[in-house]
This record gives sequence, C-alpha cells and structure tokens, in this order.
Amino acid sequence: MAENGKANAETKTYREALREGMVHEMENDESVVLMGEDIGVYGGTHLITDGLYDQYGPKRVMDTPISEGGFTGAAIGMAMLGMRPVVEMMTWNFSFLASDQIIQNAAKVRYFSGGQVKVPLVIRGPNGGGVQLSAQHTHSLENMYGHFPGLKVVSPVTPNDAKGMMITAIRDDNPVIFLEAGALYGTKGEVGEGDNAVEFGKARIAREGTDVTLIAYGRQVNLCLRAADALEEDGVKAEVIDLRSIRPFDEDALVESVKKTHRAVAVQEQWRWFGVASEVAAIIQDRAFDYLDAPVIRVSGAEVPAPYARNLEIEAFPSEKQVANAARRVMYMEEK
Amino acid sequence: MSAAENEKNGDVQSASEGAVATSGDRLVDLYREMVLVRAFEDACQRGFRQGKIGGYLHLYTGQEAVATGFLEAFREGDRVITAYRDHAHALLLGADPNEVMAELYGRGPGLVKGKGGSMHLFDVENGLMGGYGIVGGHIPLGVGFAYAQRYQETDHITQLYLGDGAINNGAFHEAANLAGLWGNDGMCPCLFILENNQYGMGTSVERATAQTDLTVKFDAHGIEHEKVDGMDLEAVIEVAERAAEHVRETGKPYAVEAMTYRTVPHGAADFFEKYRTKEEIEKWRERDPIGLLEKKLIESGAAEEEKLDEIKDEAKERTNEAVKFADEAEQPPIEELYTDVYAGEDEYMGEK
Ligand SMILES: Cc1ncc(C[n+]2csc(CCOP(=O)(O)OP(=O)(O)O)c2C)c(N)n1
Ligand SMILES: [Mg+2]
Repeated sequence: MAENGKANAETKTYREALREGMVHEMENDESVVLMGEDIGVYGGTHLITDGLYDQYGPKRVMDTPISEGGFTGAAIGMAMLGMRPVVEMMTWNFSFLASDQIIQNAAKVRYFSGGQVKVPLVIRGPNGGGVQLSAQHTHSLENMYGHFPGLKVVSPVTPNDAKGMMITAIRDDNPVIFLEAGALYGTKGEVGEGDNAVEFGKARIAREGTDVTLIAYGRQVNLCLRAADALEEDGVKAEVIDLRSIRPFDEDALVESVKKTHRAVAVQEQWRWFGVASEVAAIIQDRAFDYLDAPVIRVSGAEVPAPYARNLEIEAFPSEKQVANAARRVMYMEEK
Repeated sequence: MSAAENEKNGDVQSASEGAVATSGDRLVDLYREMVLVRAFEDACQRGFRQGKIGGYLHLYTGQEAVATGFLEAFREGDRVITAYRDHAHALLLGADPNEVMAELYGRGPGLVKGKGGSMHLFDVENGLMGGYGIVGGHIPLGVGFAYAQRYQETDHITQLYLGDGAINNGAFHEAANLAGLWGNDGMCPCLFILENNQYGMGTSVERATAQTDLTVKFDAHGIEHEKVDGMDLEAVIEVAERAAEHVRETGKPYAVEAMTYRTVPHGAADFFEKYRTKEEIEKWRERDPIGLLEKKLIESGAAEEEKLDEIKDEAKERTNEAVKFADEAEQPPIEELYTDVYAGEDEYMGEK
C-alpha cells in the first residue's frame, strides 16, 4: 500500500511515475505489453514510454498505425486470451474512434459471455484540456466512460497515485480507463519505491478542513487546493477530497466529510450537464441530506466546445476564483 | 517570357484557361504563391517560439507544390477539405494572410474568430470547408460534399486532401468504399489527394502498413488512381488538371498520390526527430519544390535570380504585415465564447 511505499519515497515527475508503474509490472509479468501510436521508436508523444522500446523490444512495445478502433479491439482480443495489454491513447480525444470497441466489447463481453471470459486491459493517456488545443482536442471523458458498467475509470493527480494506480490497473482483471492529468506530466511529487499499489475506490483527503468540502479529481484537485489557500485568508478551512477513482466511487469518503463540514462544492473541468459533479451532488443529498446547511454547488466548464483563443479558453474552464466563490456562496459569505 | 512581362499579381484562384504546358508567366505567379506560403510558415514557427501561437501547429514546409498545383485545377464552386496542416490551403484559396495569422494568434479578426486556431481554418466563401484535427475524420465529409454537389446538380467537385497516416484509419476505408460505390452512378466527384510525406508523425509508411504502395488501397474500393512527383510543380499541375476534369466529367472519384516530404518536424513543438536521419532530410531538401522551381525558372529564362529574390522579399514583407496585424489585433470579446454553439437562435444552454 501507499503508506508502505512512502517509507522510502523519492521525488519524481508524474511522467516518470507512470513509466515506473508500467515497468514494475512488465518486470513482474511477461503478459504485460504496451501498444499505441508512436510509443516506441518516437518515444511517445508525451515521452511516457521513452526508452521502453529499447529496453523491451518491438514485441512488447508495439508501435501501431493510426487505427484506434483496430488496435484497441485487438488489445481486447489479446486480453481475452490472457495477455495484459496497456494501450496508449495518444490523447483521450482519439478514443471516440475506439469507443465502440471499448463500450461494446471491453465493457460487456464478460457479462454477455456469462462470465466465460475477462478483459484485463488498461487504456491510458492524457485527458482534459487547458493548452489551447481547441474543440476537437479538448475533452474530459470521465463521465462518458464512467457511465458504462463493466469499465473501471480512474483519474490520478499525484505522481504517487499515477504509479500506484497504474500498478493496480494492470493487475486488475477488468478493463480500466486510466485518465491521466496531461497538463501535469512534468509536475513532481514523492513516489513510493517498488510496489506502491493504490487501491481503487478509495478517495484521498488532499487537505483537511472543517468548514466546507471541495470535491474534485484529476487536475481540478490542484485548483481546489489553491482555492483552499485563498479561502484560508478569509478564515475558512476547506477540506479537499480527491476522488481518484470515478468507478468504483468512494461514497463514504464524501459522506463522512460532509457530515463534518455541512457544505460541499463539486468541481469538474467537463461540462456541467450529466457530469461527475452531478453524481457527487446526488450522492450527498441521498446520504447526507440532513447534514447539509446549503445546497451542493457544481463548478464546471462552460457549455461550449473548447475554444482556441487563450482568453476564451481561460473563461471556459473552472477557475480558482469560481471555486472559492462557490465555497463562499455555500457559506453564505460575500463573493469576491 | 521576360520577367518584366510578369508583374501582375498571381492569384491562384483564377486558374488557367486550360493550357496544358504551364507557361513561364504562370509558373512565376505560382512561385510567388509558394514562396508566400513558405514565408508564412516560417513566421508561424517564430510566433510559436515566442509564445504568440499556442496549441498544436503543423507546418506545410516542403509540401508546397502539392496544394499549389492541385488548387490550380480549382474552379469557383469547388470545395476543398483537409486535415490540420491547412495554412497553405487557406492562403492559396485566397484567404487574407492577416486573418489567417490573426487566427493563429487567437485574435478576434481571425479567420474563425479565434475559435479554432491553426488546425481549424475555414473559409467557406472561398471553397475551404475546413481543417480538421482528428486523423481521418474529415474524409467521409469530403465524400458527402461530392455527393451533395451532384445531388444539387452542379458540376463542382471536391478536392479531398489526406495524409499517408490517415489512410490506415477505418474512416478512410469506409468513405472510400462509399465513394467508389456512388461513383458507379456518377454521384461522387471527389478527387482524393493523398499527400504522402512518408510519415505519420514519427511512423514511416513502412512501419504503418504492409501495403506500402498506398494507391493499391484505392483499388480495393474501385477508385482509379495514379502517382505524381509532389515536389515537381509542373508535374502536379498536369495531373491535377487532368484528374479534376475527369472527376468533373464523370462524377466518379479519382485518387492521386503525391510523393512529398515535410522538411520540418511534425509539429512546431517537436524537436526530437529520432525516427529519421539528418541525411534523409538533407536528401529531400535537395528536391525542395521551391528550389526545383527556381532552377527551372532561371534555366528556362522565365525569370532572373534578381526577380526571384524580389519575390521572396515581397513575401517576407507581406508576412511581416500579417504578423503585425495579428499582434495588434484585439483578443476575441468574451461573449464570443457563447456564440455559434447552435445554429438558428444560437441559444446558450448554461450559466455565463
Ligand atoms: C484519430 C487520431 N489519432 C491520432 C492523432 C494524432 N496525430 C495527429 S497528426 C498524426 C499523424 C498523421 O499523419 P498523416 O496522416 O500522414 O498526416 P501528416 O501529419 O503527415 O500531414 C497523428 C498520429 C489524431 N490527431 N487523430
Ligand atoms: Mg504523413
């Protein structure tokens, strides 16, 4: 577990941590292979797999053509026969081409085969926006994939979780949608040595507080932490919960926190309608209604395809100020 | 043909009156266009390094003869669709360089109001139905344009540009199959222009497909095809005019594979080029389309070196003007974030 690993932790980037998680499992298990576009000779567009082609060779680190539906489907087939492929989506935006395979086959084949087969598959890559890639290259797909029974969906934000959840994902006997915080590949943090597997379905308290709970996952966790700093100046102690995993979902962690703070703000980069934050709000009202002192507020992206221009893009995504103001609103304080 | 006779400004849109051999005048005009595209791309690279241009930026450097040659066969009413490497197509079709640069700078007067950036240039009035960011995703659209062009009883055609990487995507095969099928009824005047620049990002054609003769992939769908040296402008024009006429007349799709090379990295942010050697790039640079044309113009006496230098200076000046325009232009107003989501009432379904 993370705690054990942390005993001798080292500072690493999110990118290095992901690679270390994959290497850890490749060393332990011959059935683990990597595949994706330009992950080998090129070293990976985001350099996550840099060096692994030389280390493991083309049979275990496979460069694929630009055929997302084809190679993702083939990976599902490999997994059904006992391999453990880790597929890189160069970015999750391209997964729409593979989504038929992911949803119609990976998510369901165990069920409609009456349990005769399983799909131990990881699909990983950067998710979310923020670097002016505009409409076709900016999506946060956790709610879309989180919708389908049969898939697991995780979204680590710290380097330690990036590695530990990668190890868990590869060992899992089910298809795991591994949504990386692409904007954070270069950020550093302590990463547990060796086997630091992080259990799915356990949220993490990223910051303790007593007055209001800010709930997020992925890159938005950092936004919430910055908003919590701002709120501290007003004398407000915000608790920040990092969901880490969307499916399975840690309902208890939310409920426990809200019982303490009585107020909650759910933050997501994706669009508001039918998003994860709506699910958070619904769970809190289901299970902690009597503890609430204010309605749960959702902070989300603007209801538009992502724009290119920097000023429009900044406006389209949740800001630290919006999060802090949402917290002030549920505390019936003046907004700033 | 003396250089003096050749002062009029080259406008690629107004294509020739069906001349087979390309005249010296016309070649000088096209040289002017290609040099402008090159200068524009150089300026983009600088803008990217300065942080003025964000997101992804894919330059056309090395491939200029392909779009320049094919767009010589463009007639008013025709449509053009391509992927994200789209600056040249927009400029050659007549988009204002100021507006294109303003788009890349994310400014309000940009070609698409700052909403799309480099990958999504649109200039519908001039025939450009867009640049698209998902590899292969635009191919079915182009086939649909072609069907609509016949359905609406026009004699217009669609020029559909795609890359060697895109051809391995399912969207290509589904769309090409449709094109072949509809072509049987004369309902698909679509000219596929396969820009084979040898690589899809860092993956060479040989590492992406076992059938490295990419034209064979069109055979599978009953689409006739040929290859052309995409570095030789005159050769491209010859094929383009013949192919476009065939497509226009028959309503059948046709494919041309233009062998070309991008002498710059895949994207402006890439500096590691582990997948190819410096020697290979140098070898292709010797066949640079602008260099080849320069040589031809001088050898044939169509233009003197001085004249060509003058044209280059003009292109740089025009590009500098575009950069200045973009740099001084205002950012889009914030209200623009909420427009164009829907057609019609354009209602915004959220909180502002
Ligand atoms: C469906 C999809 N997968 C991956 C990408 C990432 N990507 C962008 S360009 C590119 C290479 C495409 O190569 P090619 O079609 O040959 O065009 P070129 O870049 O050479 O002009 C890739 C893989 C993408 N944009 N869309
Ligand atoms: Mg290519």
